[in-house]
Amino acid sequence: MSLAAHEFQFVSGLVRREASIVLEPGKEYLVEARLLPLARKAGLASVTEFLLRAQSPSGRADRDSIVDALTTNETSWFRDREPFTALTDMVIPQLVKARGPARSMRVWSAASSSGQEPYTLAILLKENLPPGWTYEILGTDISTEMLARAERGRYSQLEVNRGLPAPLLVKHFTRVGPEWEVAAPIKKAVSFKRLNLAAPFPPMPTFDVVFLRNVLIYFDVETKRGVLKRIRSLLKPDGWLFLGAAETTMGIDDGFERVVTGRTSAYRPRTGISAPVGVTGKG
Amino acid sequence: MVIDDSRAMRLILRRIVSGLNFDVVEAGNGREALDRLAELEVVPELALIDWNMPEMNGLEFVTAVRADKKYRGMTLMMVTTESEHGQIVRALAAGAHEYVIKPFTPDAIVDKLVMLGLIPDGAHA
Repeated sequence: MSLAAHEFQFVSGLVRREASIVLEPGKEYLVEARLLPLARKAGLASVTEFLLRAQSPSGRADRDSIVDALTTNETSWFRDREPFTALTDMVIPQLVKARGPARSMRVWSAASSSGQEPYTLAILLKENLPPGWTYEILGTDISTEMLARAERGRYSQLEVNRGLPAPLLVKHFTRVGPEWEVAAPIKKAVSFKRLNLAAPFPPMPTFDVVFLRNVLIYFDVETKRGVLKRIRSLLKPDGWLFLGAAETTMGIDDGFERVVTGRTSAYRPRTGISAPVGVTGKG
Repeated sequence: MVIDDSRAMRLILRRIVSGLNFDVVEAGNGREALDRLAELEVVPELALIDWNMPEMNGLEFVTAVRADKKYRGMTLMMVTTESEHGQIVRALAAGAHEYVIKPFTPDAIVDKLVMLGLIPDGAHA
């Protein structure tokens, strides 16, 4: 059972148009693995049948679900702990000092998937900001299915087993039947919105910290450049950007400066280079 | 150290942690585990502990180990079907460091060991 070349072309063309995500030849196995559950859910015998239906004029919903299935990543809580350590040990203390009078912080989880990252960020801010500080987290994703899941804030036993320290589980989650739900004070601090990173952004506020992990790897260089430029325009001049371990701004956007911290890197707008929109001057 | 009254579960856990280069000692309940500990020259770094076992259960074992300074360096991780909020709180209060709810995937154990700093990130890749 393997995907025919024209089927792969249809799928890669679709996710390219809709989400600016590049699926290179060789990723047929990924497409097949992600689409097989969709075919089964639709009561069809094979991915081929599902793709035929998706290509028909009435296949809009199927095409959306294909984009959904191929643009979402498995996420876990603190599993990749280096960026979170950098956030609590370096970024939060620095920003607390700099934001003294305002006593508030705004963080963006730019590919929030099923919600683990924005909720993790909210838990960290709650645990690490001085008393009296307020914080808000924005989670965005291209997948409406993932946004709905994230907003619900409920996770299975298997999901909470993955990288969520038990002391934080009992402190910030409540048991609801067989699932665990993010507790109200954390949920209240997090909002979700659909956003295609590859397209021009709607009006948005500026952020102190942006998490954009394991997203750029899916984009071609031009799209990466556009995404980084738009994000830079929304990052405060002394704000921080976190990318995935295999990603960098280097060679793509000179407006960022890389700072090595612990075993990871974080990026901040280079001073002296104005962000393209909205933000000018130094912090 | 793997402490579980199910031989099959001990085997599963043994496979996971020996794959991460741990030497494994097994025990079928808390009492047996305390006896094994007393015989061992080197205190194990890690104990994976079931809750419901005959003779001495996992919670009693955790309490006993935490009361003995000799075992201060041991990381205690419950691996159990007990999934109530209150049960997890009790285990942590007794001195367990981590808690994995059965059923679990091998990755769940690996994730926790990485977070506890017992294995380096990526060592298992």
